Amino acid sequence: MNEVALLVAATIASGTPLVLAGLGLLVNEKAGVLNLGAEGIMLVGAIAGFAAAFHSGSEWVAFAAGAAAGMVLAAGFGVLVIWLGTNQYASGLALSLFGAGFSAFVGVQYVGRKLAERSTFEVPVLADIPFLGPALFKQHPLAYAAVLLALALAWFLYRSRTGLVLRAIGESPDSAHSLGYAVRWIRLAAVLAGGALCGVAGAFLSVVYAPLWVEGLVAGRGWIALALTPFATWRPARVLLGAYLFGGVTMLQFHLQGAGVQIPSQFLSMLPYVATIVVLALISRNPAWIRINMPASLGKPFHPSA
Amino acid sequence: MFSPTKRSWLKAAALAAVTVLAACGKEEPPPAPKAPAPEAKAPAPPPAPFKAAWVYVGPVGDAGWTFAHDQGRKAVEAEFGAKVATTFVEKVPEGADAERVIRDLAVQGNKIIFATSFGFMEPMLKVAAEFPDVKFEHATGYKTAPNMRIYDSKFYEDTYLAGIIAGTVTKTGTLGFVGSFPIPEVLRNINAFTLGAQSVNPKIRTRVVWVNTWFDPPKESEAAQSLLNGGADVLLQNTDSTAVLQTAEKNGKLAFGWDSDMSAFAPNAHLGSAIVDWSNYYKKAVRDAMEGTWKTERTVWGVKEGQNDLVKIAASVPEDAKKKVAGIQEAMKAGTFEVFTGPVVDNTGKERLAKDAKADQDWKDKVDFYVRGVEGKLPTAK
Amino acid sequence: MLRLEARPQPSAAMSIASPLIALALTAVIAGCLFAVLGKDPVRGLGMFFYEPLNTVRGVTEVALKATPLILCALGLAVCYRANVWNIGAEGQFLLGAIVGGGVALYVTTHGIAAPRWVLTPVILLAGIAGGMAWASITALARDRFNANEILVSLMLVYVAQQLLNYLVFGPWQDPQGFNFPQTKTFVTEALLPSLVPQSRLHIGFAIALGLVAVFWAFMFRSWRGFQLQVGGLAPDAARYAGFSARTALWTALLVSGGMAGLAGAMEAAGPLRQLTPHVSTGYGFTAIIVCFVGRLHPVGCLFAGVLLSMFVIGGELSQSRLGLPNALTGVFQGLLLFLLLACDTLINYRVRWRGAHHRPAAAS
Repeated sequence: MNEVALLVAATIASGTPLVLAGLGLLVNEKAGVLNLGAEGIMLVGAIAGFAAAFHSGSEWVAFAAGAAAGMVLAAGFGVLVIWLGTNQYASGLALSLFGAGFSAFVGVQYVGRKLAERSTFEVPVLADIPFLGPALFKQHPLAYAAVLLALALAWFLYRSRTGLVLRAIGESPDSAHSLGYAVRWIRLAAVLAGGALCGVAGAFLSVVYAPLWVEGLVAGRGWIALALTPFATWRPARVLLGAYLFGGVTMLQFHLQGAGVQIPSQFLSMLPYVATIVVLALISRNPAWIRINMPASLGKPFHPSA
Repeated sequence: MFSPTKRSWLKAAALAAVTVLAACGKEEPPPAPKAPAPEAKAPAPPPAPFKAAWVYVGPVGDAGWTFAHDQGRKAVEAEFGAKVATTFVEKVPEGADAERVIRDLAVQGNKIIFATSFGFMEPMLKVAAEFPDVKFEHATGYKTAPNMRIYDSKFYEDTYLAGIIAGTVTKTGTLGFVGSFPIPEVLRNINAFTLGAQSVNPKIRTRVVWVNTWFDPPKESEAAQSLLNGGADVLLQNTDSTAVLQTAEKNGKLAFGWDSDMSAFAPNAHLGSAIVDWSNYYKKAVRDAMEGTWKTERTVWGVKEGQNDLVKIAASVPEDAKKKVAGIQEAMKAGTFEVFTGPVVDNTGKERLAKDAKADQDWKDKVDFYVRGVEGKLPTAK
Repeated sequence: MLRLEARPQPSAAMSIASPLIALALTAVIAGCLFAVLGKDPVRGLGMFFYEPLNTVRGVTEVALKATPLILCALGLAVCYRANVWNIGAEGQFLLGAIVGGGVALYVTTHGIAAPRWVLTPVILLAGIAGGMAWASITALARDRFNANEILVSLMLVYVAQQLLNYLVFGPWQDPQGFNFPQTKTFVTEALLPSLVPQSRLHIGFAIALGLVAVFWAFMFRSWRGFQLQVGGLAPDAARYAGFSARTALWTALLVSGGMAGLAGAMEAAGPLRQLTPHVSTGYGFTAIIVCFVGRLHPVGCLFAGVLLSMFVIGGELSQSRLGLPNALTGVFQGLLLFLLLACDTLINYRVRWRGAHHRPAAAS
C-alpha cells in the first residue's frame, strides 16, 4: 500500500511542471496563438531559475527569474507572430531551437554546480494521515499552486468578463476587434502569461526536481506540455488530468522495471508516449467536440482590417 | 513593381557583406598551435609541440564521464608543459559525424587522438586506415588496428567496493541501481555491486531500472525515486549526473557518487564515490607516442594502477565495513584480488563461473546476464 | 514611428532578398558574439562560411551531411504547403533506417549474394516503405480520429527511438559485438555506391538533386501538386472545387514520410554502414528549419540544406580550431530562422516612417 502512495506522490511531482507549462500554453491557445516554442522557453526558464537560485539561495527568486526569462522570450515571439504576422508554427520552432542553444550556451558555467540545501515541505496535520498523507500532502508548494492555478484559470476563463474577452478573441478576433477590443495587446498579454508559466515550469525542473542544470534538461517535456492542451480539449481542469496521467505512466514504467517485469525496458519507456497518442485519438474522435472546444482562430494570424 | 529603392540596396548590401566576409576568411593564416611559436633569434628553435586531441561524447562540464576524461587531458598538459599541445571537441554525436571530426583532427596535425565513447569505434577505425602515422586510442571498445589500440577501466572494482559498504548499511536488504544501457560494462558493474554486497550479506537483492540514456537528470531522478519507492535504500548508478545522489538525499536514503567525487552534492546521503582517474593512462599514452614505444595493445587498468577507486568513504560507515574495503583495496593494488571469482550463478540458476575459477578478460567482455540476487530479465538475454 | 503597410502584391525581389538579409544579419550578430567571446570575428565566421568548403573533401562532407536534410525537407515542403504539420519526420527517418537497414542486415547475416544494382534500390525502397508506414499512423490518427497531427507525429518520434534501441540492444544485435548496441556492419554489396572516390559521398546526393527537380515539377507543374497547395492556402475554396482534403492529407504525409524514410535508409547504408542507436543526429528536426529557410520551395530546400550543413560542420571546426563552445551552432540556427521569419514580412508589407497618425475609427 505504501508503494502505491509513493507512486501517487511521485506522479504528482512528475506532473507538476507539465501542469504549469500546459496551463500556460492553454492561455496562449485560448487567445488563438499556438506557441511551439514551449521547449525553448522552459529551457531558458530553467537556466534563469538555476542561476538565480545559485546566486540568491532562494527558490522563489528562482521562480520569478524563470518567469521573467520566459516572458522575455515570449515577448519576442509575440511581436513576430502578432504584429509581423509570421507563421506561428515556424516561429515557435525557431524559438524552441534558439532557446535550446541559448540556454546551453549561457549555462555552461553552471554545469556541475550545486544549489544550497532546501528544506522539504509538508502540509501540517494532513501529511500524517496514513496513505493519503504521503500520497498527497508531501509535495513542494508549487505542486499545490499548480492545482489551484488550474482551478483559478477555469474560473477566470469561464466565469469572468476578461476571460470571456480572451476566449472571444480566440474564437473570432475580427468580431472582437470590431467591438473595440485591443485584440493584439490582449493576445500579447496571453502570450506573456504563457511564457511566464512555461518559464516557471522550467525553473521548477532545474531548482526543485533535478535539481541541477545541464543542457537539454527539459528533455522534451515542453513538447509533452503542448500535447496536453488538445488532449484536455482546452479545459484547464483536464490539463491536470493529462499531466498526471503522463507523469503517472512514466513513474509506473520505472516501477515495473524495478519490480522485474519481463518486458524489455525500451517498450516500457514507450508507454507514456503511446498512452498520450491513444488518449488523444479517443478524445479527438468526435469532430464536433473538437470544434466546440478548440479556439477557432488558433494558429491564424490576425490583421486589423482598418 | 520592382524599382531601385531601399529593397534593392538592402539586397546588394547583403550580398556584398557575405562576399566580403568570405573573402576575408581566405586570407587568414593557418591556426596557431597553443604553445608559443619558435623564437626567430634563438640558436636552435624548440621543436613544435606534439599535438594530442580528445573527442568527447558529452559536455566537458557534465561532472561525470566526460569531465573525468578532460581532467586526464589537463593532467597531460600539466605534465608535459610546452612540449604538448592539446585540443578537444565535445558533444560529438556517435554516428556518421564522428568520422568527420576525427579525420579533421588528424588533418590538423594531431599525432595521437583519443575517442572516449564506444560509439566512436567504427568511425575511428575508418580514419585510422587513412592516417598510418597517427596513433588512435579508443576507450571501451574492442576493435584494433596497427595504429589503433584500446583502453578501458575496471569500474567493476569500484562497484564491488561500494557493494561491500551497501551490503553493510542497508536496512531493507534491497539495493537499487539506475542503469543507462544494458551493455556489458554496465552489467559487470551491477553484478560486481551485488557480489560485493552479498559477500557481507548473501540475502541482498538488487533492483535495476534502465533509463536508456547516459544523461538525463530528471529521468535519473525519477528512476531513483521509483527504486526508493520500491524499497531500495542504497543506490548506485551508471549514469552521469548527480541526480540520483541528490534524490537519495531528498528522501533521507543513501547513495554513491559516480565518475567523480560527488560528496559535496549530498552531505548526508553520500557513502562514497566510485571514480575513474585517466591521468596516469593518458600520460603514459602520450609518452609512448612521443618516444616511439607505442604499440597496439589493450590496456585495462583498475585500482592497482590508480585508475579506479572508491573515495571519500563517509565517516558514518561502520568500521568493520571500512576495514574490509581497505583490505580488498590492498589486495587489488597487489594484484591478488579478482572480483569475478567463482562460484558465480546467474539469476536463472545457470552457473557462469565454477568454484574458485577466476574470470578472464574474455568472460568479462561477454557478460550478458544478471547474477543471482538481481531482479529482472535483461532485454538482451539470449 | 515605424508602420507596416500592406503591399498591393507580394514583392518578388524581397522573396529572394529576404533570406540573404536574414543570413547577413545572422552573420553580423554572430560576429559580435565571437568578439564578445574574445575570438576574432572574421575567423569565426570563416569557420562557418568558408572552411567547410575549403577542400574537395570538405565539399563532399557538406554534400553528405546535406543529403538527408534536403530529402526530408523536400517531403516536408509538400506537407507544410498542404497545411499538414508533420513534426515527426525524425521518427519517419528512424523507421526508414530500421526497415532499410533491416534489409541490409538480413542480406549480411544470411549471406545472400546479390549484386549492388539490385540491393541498393531494394534497400532504398524498403526505407521509403518504412517511413511511409510510420507516417500513415499519423495520417490515420488525423483522418479517423481527428487527432492533431503535430502531436501524434511528435509522440511517434519517441516511440521510434525506443524501437530502434530495442532492436539494436536485442534481436538485431551483432552476436560477436560483445553485447554492444550495434548490428553487424553491412556487406559491401549492401552499401550505397560511392559518388566521389576517396570520399564518403554516395549516390544519395545525386538522387537528392534529381528529386529536387521532381518535386519542383510536382509542386508547380502538376495537378495534384496544385490541389495540395490550394488545400493548404484556402481550404474552403479547395472544398468547393472538389479537392479531397482526405487525399491531400494522406498524400502529404505519405510523401513526407517516404522521403524521410529514404533519407534514413541512405544514412544507415551509406556513411554509417550499420544500425546503431545514433543513426540520426536530429535530421528530422533540422529539416524543418531547412524547409522554412528554403521557403518551402524545392530549390530553396537544396540551398538551405547546404547552408545548414555548413553551420553544423562549421560548429565542429570552430570547436576544434578556435575553442568556441558547441552550443553556438544551435543559437545560430535558431537566430537564422527567427530573422528569416522577421524578414519575410517584408515580402508582404513594406516599412514606412510615419508621424503620429490619426487612424479613422474602426467600422463595425
